[in-house]
Amino acid sequence: MSTAVATAAPTARAASRRHRRIGSTEIVYLALVGILVVAGVLVAVGGGNLFSTANTAYMLTQTSLLGFVAIGQTFVILCRSLDLSVGYVVALSSIVGATTMAGDPSRVWLGVLAALGVAGLVGLVNGLVVTKLRVNPFIATLGVGLIIKGYLDTQFKGPTGEVPASFQGFGYTRIGPVPVSTIVMLVVAAVGVVLLTRTRPGYHMFAVGGNADVARLSGIRTDRTLVLAHVLCSMCAGLAGLLIAARFGTGNALVYSYGLDLDSIAAVVLGGTLLLGGRGSVVGTVGGVLILAVLDTVFNVLDVDPFFKDVLRGVVIIAAVALYARRQIDPASSRARFRPHRPARPTRQGGASA
Amino acid sequence: MTATTTREPRPPAAGEGGDEPILRLRGIGKEFFGNSVLRGIDLDVRPGEVHALVGENGAGKSTLMKIIAGVHRPDAGTIELDGATTTFASPLAAQHAGVSTVFQEFNLLPERSVAENVYLGREPRRAGVLVDRRRMHEDTDTLLADLGLSSLSALQRVGSLSVAQQQIVEIVKAVSYDARIISMDEPTAALADQEVELLYELVHRLKERGVAILYVSHRLKEIFDLCDTITVLKDGNHVLTTPTADIDPDGLVRTMVGREFAGYFPDKDPAVSPGEVRLSLQGVGNTQVDDVSFDVHAGEIVALAGLQGSGRTEIAHGIFGIAGFTRGEVLVGGRAVDVRSPRQAVRAGLALVTEDRKAEGLALGQSILANARLVLDSVMPRTADRRSRRIPGILSSLELVASSQEAEVQYLSGGNQQKVVLAKWLVTDPQVIVLDEPTRGIDVGAKRAVYDLMRELTASGVAVLVISSELPEVVAMADRILVMRDGRLAGELPAGSDEETVMALATGAGEDSAEHVAVDLDAVARTDDLPGADRAAPPADDPARPGGPKEDR
Repeated sequence: MSTAVATAAPTARAASRRHRRIGSTEIVYLALVGILVVAGVLVAVGGGNLFSTANTAYMLTQTSLLGFVAIGQTFVILCRSLDLSVGYVVALSSIVGATTMAGDPSRVWLGVLAALGVAGLVGLVNGLVVTKLRVNPFIATLGVGLIIKGYLDTQFKGPTGEVPASFQGFGYTRIGPVPVSTIVMLVVAAVGVVLLTRTRPGYHMFAVGGNADVARLSGIRTDRTLVLAHVLCSMCAGLAGLLIAARFGTGNALVYSYGLDLDSIAAVVLGGTLLLGGRGSVVGTVGGVLILAVLDTVFNVLDVDPFFKDVLRGVVIIAAVALYARRQIDPASSRARFRPHRPARPTRQGGASA
Repeated sequence: MTATTTREPRPPAAGEGGDEPILRLRGIGKEFFGNSVLRGIDLDVRPGEVHALVGENGAGKSTLMKIIAGVHRPDAGTIELDGATTTFASPLAAQHAGVSTVFQEFNLLPERSVAENVYLGREPRRAGVLVDRRRMHEDTDTLLADLGLSSLSALQRVGSLSVAQQQIVEIVKAVSYDARIISMDEPTAALADQEVELLYELVHRLKERGVAILYVSHRLKEIFDLCDTITVLKDGNHVLTTPTADIDPDGLVRTMVGREFAGYFPDKDPAVSPGEVRLSLQGVGNTQVDDVSFDVHAGEIVALAGLQGSGRTEIAHGIFGIAGFTRGEVLVGGRAVDVRSPRQAVRAGLALVTEDRKAEGLALGQSILANARLVLDSVMPRTADRRSRRIPGILSSLELVASSQEAEVQYLSGGNQQKVVLAKWLVTDPQVIVLDEPTRGIDVGAKRAVYDLMRELTASGVAVLVISSELPEVVAMADRILVMRDGRLAGELPAGSDEETVMALATGAGEDSAEHVAVDLDAVARTDDLPGADRAAPPADDPARPGGPKEDR
C-alpha cells in the first residue's frame, strides 16, 4: 500500500503543479465577471438594470479616470517603487491644461502638451530623488506631492482656467455607451502593454523590480529605468488631469482629495502586480480598475451606506492580495533538498510496511 | 545564430596540453580592513581545462573567485587574459571579456522566462524598438540544444524550474556571453545526487567546446571525477597546484587541513562528565535536513561539523523553531516539545547564538544593557528585573571591553559584540545552548573567552551544541563530533578525532555510497520535482518517461 502511494503522489503533484498555475490576470478577469454577475443580479432584484446605458457610462467614466493613474502606477510598482504624488499631479495638470487652453480652441494641443510636460517634469523629479538622492520612494513621492499641494492650496483657491467646448468632448462624448475617454484610456493601456512586453525598457522594468542587483550585473542602467517609470507614471496622471479638466470645464485643485493615489495602488495590486515589483501587467491593472469601478457603480445604484462601501472595498482588496500571497513561489521551497510531505524513503518505508 | 549579441564560443584550441593559459594570475594579494586574506596567489587556467580550487572554509577561495569575477579588485599582483594584463572594472566587464562566474546565490529573475533571463540586458531588437521575442526564443533554444539541454525550453518560467535547472540556466547565460572561462562557486552545494549528474554532463560539454572551468567545491568526489588540475589554498596562501592524477583524496585532505593550534584551547576539566540527556533529536527533518537523530547530554560539548550548506544551521533553526522540523521529535530534558517559534524555544530552556550576529543577534543601535535584556524582557518579563541583575557580572566574566553598559553595540568590536550576544542568552539560564559559528570573525582573545565559556557551561551542567567550520576548534573542544553531509548525518566521531577524518566524512571522500547514479540527461532535465520524485518514484515506473533513464542502482 505504501509503495503505491509513494509512486503516485509525487507525479500527481508534479502534474497538478504544471496545470494549476493560472495567471493572476486570468483570475482578475474571472473575478470581474463573477462580480458583474452578482452585481447584475443584486441590482435586478432591486428592480434596476446595472447594464443600462447610464450605468455603463458611469462605470466606464470611473474606469477611465482611475485607469490612467493606475496604468502609470503599474510601471513604478513593477520597478519596486511607488508614487504617492499622482493625486496632486492630476490636480496640477488639470490646472495647467485649463489655464493654458484659456477657452481658446486653437490652444487645445498646447494645453495638452503643457499639462503632460509639467506632469512629466514632476515624474522626473520623483525619479531623480529616488535614484540619485536614494530617498525611499514612499517618502520621496509623498514629499514631492506635498510640495505640489502647498502650491495648489495657496495659488488656486477655486476653479481655474477654461477648457474650450471642443476639448470638453473628451470628457462627455460617447460612442454608444462607451465614453471617448475610456477608448483613450484603453489605447494608453495598449501602449503600456507593448512597452512592457515588447520593448527593452519594459523588460528592464521587470528586471529592476525583480532584483536590482541582477539587473545591474546584467548591464541594465537601473537608475535610468526607474526614472523612466516615474516619468511615465506622472504623465499618465497628467492624462487623468486633462480628463478632469475636460469634464469640469476648468482646472480644479481639489481633485487631489479624490484619493486617486491609494486607489491606483489598490487597483494595481488588485490586478496582480506584486507590490514588491518584478511581476505584473497593465492588462491586470485595467481589470483591477474595472473591478473597483463596478463596485463603485453598484454601491451607487443600490445607494449603499458610504461606510459600508469603503469597508467592502477594503475587504475586496485585502482578500485579493491574500489570495495572491498564497500563490507566491517560496524561494526557500524551490531550493528544498527534501520536499515536504514526501513519503519516507523507500528503504525505511519497506521496513515499516513489512 | 544571427544575433549580434550572441556569438558562438571559440572552437577548442588545437592540440592537447601545453596550451597557453587563457587566464594567468600572478602574485594576487587582497586585504580587508587590514586583514590579509590572500597572499601571492598564482593561478593558470587553460582552455578546455576543469580546474579545481579547494581549501577549507576561510582559505580564500571565495575572495579569489570574486577577484576573477570583477567583484573585488586585487591589492597586489596582476591578472593576464590572453597574455595581456587586464583589470576588471566590474562583474559586467569581466563577463564581456569572456570571464563568467556562477555564484551560489542565483542571479536569476524567477518571474521571468529562461530566454528573458539569458538575454537580460541585451535583448535582441527589431525595427529599432521592439524586442525580437521570436529570435530571442529561437536563439535560446538553439543554445540549449547545443548544450544538450533540449528538454529545457526558452519559454519556461525560471521560478518553476528545479534548483539544478536554475543553475544550468545560469551557466547557459554565461555561455551566451561567449564565456571562455566559467567559474562555479560550489555549484553542487544545493543539489541532490541525480541533479549533480546533470551538471557533470554540462561541464563535459563545455570542456569539449574549449571553455575553461574553474570549479570551487568541497566535495572531493566531484573534484576527482571532473577536474584535470587541482589548486589548494590554505589560510590565504597558495599551497599546491597539481594534475589530479598525481594526488589521491587522502593526500588532498592532508594538504587542505592541519595547522598548529597547540595551547590555544582550554583543556577539558576531567571532573566534568556527561549527565542525563538534555536535548534529543529523533528522526527530525524538513525541506533542508532529513532523518537526523542525536542526543546532547548535560555537561557535554557536541560539535556539529560539516561543509557550508550541509544542513548544520538548518538543524539549529529547526531546534529553535525558526524553520521548524516537519518530521520527527525533539525532546528537551526528556520531554517532547513542539517548538514552533523561538519564543517557545526559549520557554523550553533553549538558547541559540546565531551565525550572523549583526543581522540576527543584536539590535545594533541599542545599548549593551538593552541588548542583554532583549530576551528577558520579551519572553520572561516577570523575572526580567531580578535576572538582569546578573548581567554586569556575566559581562565582566566574559571580559567585555566597553566604555559603559550604555554604549551602543554597533561601536563594539566583533568579539565584544559576540560577548553581548552570549550574555543575552546566559541570563535566561538555558538547559541547552546552541552556538552557531560562535567564533566567526572575532579576535583571538575573544575566541579564547568563548572557549572558556563553553567549558564553564559544561561544568554547570548545560548541554552545548556547537556548529563550527573551524576544524581545529571542533577537534579540540568537542566531546563528540557529529558530521553532516547533504542534509543528513554522515557519521559521529569520538573526541580526539583528527581533522582529516572529519573532513573526509564531511566531503564524502572515499565513500562508495556517494556514487552518483548515471542518469540520462534529458530525462533528468524533464522532471521538475527531482529530489522527491526520483527517490520516491523509480523513474522507470513513470509512464511519462518511456524508456526511463539508465539507472543501475
